[in-house]
Amino acid sequence: MLKHLLSGADLDAATATLILDTAAEMATVAGREVKKLPALRGRTVVNLFYEDSTRTRISFEAAAKRLSADVINFSAKGSSVSKGESLKDTALTLQAMGADAVVIRHPASGAPHRLANWVEGSVLNAGDGTHEHPTQALLDAYTMRARLGRIAGLSVAVVGDVLHSRVARSNVLLLATLGAKVTLVGPPTLIPVDIGAALAPGTEVSYDLDAVLPTSDVVMMLRVQRERMADSYFPSAREYARRYGLDGPRMARLPDHAIVMHPGPMNRGMEIAPEVADSPRSTIVEQVANGVSVRMAVLYLLLGGMH
Amino acid sequence: MAYPQAAQPQPVSPPSVKVILTSAELARVVDRIAHQILEKTQGAAGTVLLGVPTRGAPLARRLAARINAFEGIAVPVGVLDITLYRDDLRRHAVRAIGPTQVPPEGIDGKRVILVDDVLFSGRTVRAALDALSDLGRPSSVQLAVLVDRGHRELPIRADYVGKNIPTALAESVKVTLAETDGTDEVKLIGGAA
Repeated sequence: MLKHLLSGADLDAATATLILDTAAEMATVAGREVKKLPALRGRTVVNLFYEDSTRTRISFEAAAKRLSADVINFSAKGSSVSKGESLKDTALTLQAMGADAVVIRHPASGAPHRLANWVEGSVLNAGDGTHEHPTQALLDAYTMRARLGRIAGLSVAVVGDVLHSRVARSNVLLLATLGAKVTLVGPPTLIPVDIGAALAPGTEVSYDLDAVLPTSDVVMMLRVQRERMADSYFPSAREYARRYGLDGPRMARLPDHAIVMHPGPMNRGMEIAPEVADSPRSTIVEQVANGVSVRMAVLYLLLGGMH
Repeated sequence: MAYPQAAQPQPVSPPSVKVILTSAELARVVDRIAHQILEKTQGAAGTVLLGVPTRGAPLARRLAARINAFEGIAVPVGVLDITLYRDDLRRHAVRAIGPTQVPPEGIDGKRVILVDDVLFSGRTVRAALDALSDLGRPSSVQLAVLVDRGHRELPIRADYVGKNIPTALAESVKVTLAETDGTDEVKLIGGAA
């Protein structure tokens, strides 16, 4: 098993499948009287968050606590980071406190990889800049498998702000490993040239959402990340919604079995219409629940055994 | 002048293998435990059989099938994976966890009979008791094992024992079942021939 989880590319098909199978067992704990397992008793997990997050941080915290680990939450706001402490010094401080695992979210792409060289424990990438978010890809794969019964052979459309999306990158890598066919869809300004081929051969790119929808099993809508946009990538929010937003009429073009995913947080009315987000095809709430199970599986497999 | 004779490699004797239970004997032992369960539980009312993977699970199903054949009672059967409750998790590479299947009736207020193939140190049973208490509150818990080989490290005993086999620590007891290994057999391996 791995020591760190930094990238969707760290996982081969067997390991990814082991994580998904383990997550399926972890999911049964949520329905039990005592929602707790003793597997990580006495281990310490630090949530090191340099960037705002609701679901990922809470999800990792819930996952670690359900496995009986001790959790220390660290957010850059209100810490010594605002006094100018570097990532390395913060990491060494956490190391000295005996962290067995560090879950890190950072605005700089590659920060978790640097951290992995500085600390002795495991490092889990919970989103770094516009680079990767591997546990999101795992929970998306878990959700697809739970809803559609398989991943190999699925056609997955990843729609929207691919340029700034770590979710898209990790998903392309993991889904290619698991045998799904991914099509990246969005305005040309938001899809880097050759990104598909650079991440995983066989990934396609389309600028026409309506053409892709009828053959898609899964549509994954990405959030338009305005906080990362210094330039204007499209003329107006309304025009973006008109061409690349998923609304009711567009959803009707999907095959009957197809599902609609969104990693959250959503811009309702921008990339996804409320009627779509709240429809039975939408897996958005399931994705959050599955996130806890998948993160429990990852934490157990990284920390549960002997190193 | 003759060269000194090179040392001849001593033939390594293969570990001795002794069959403790043949397929027919194993079937008889399962039948007897099924009868004992019926006797001791007054007809297996309110009883749930939980097998501990790997081989406890098929054994529990067999016991339930035999109880059904003898008395026509359908005893609920489940599987209790104890991996996450082991006390040696950190001494080994990470272990894959298996499924836990609790019968739909649940275990609250039931008489739960844990089923395993070999009772040795008692640590597996200790883990199973912990796992059980996280799943609910049985009225009582009993233990059925195919083989008790001794060497307990915890104060645990079985309520139903298929066969007591006195062993040395260096020996190992190998249970194979048709469902998991293709054949029904119990063997004692190693130790003094």
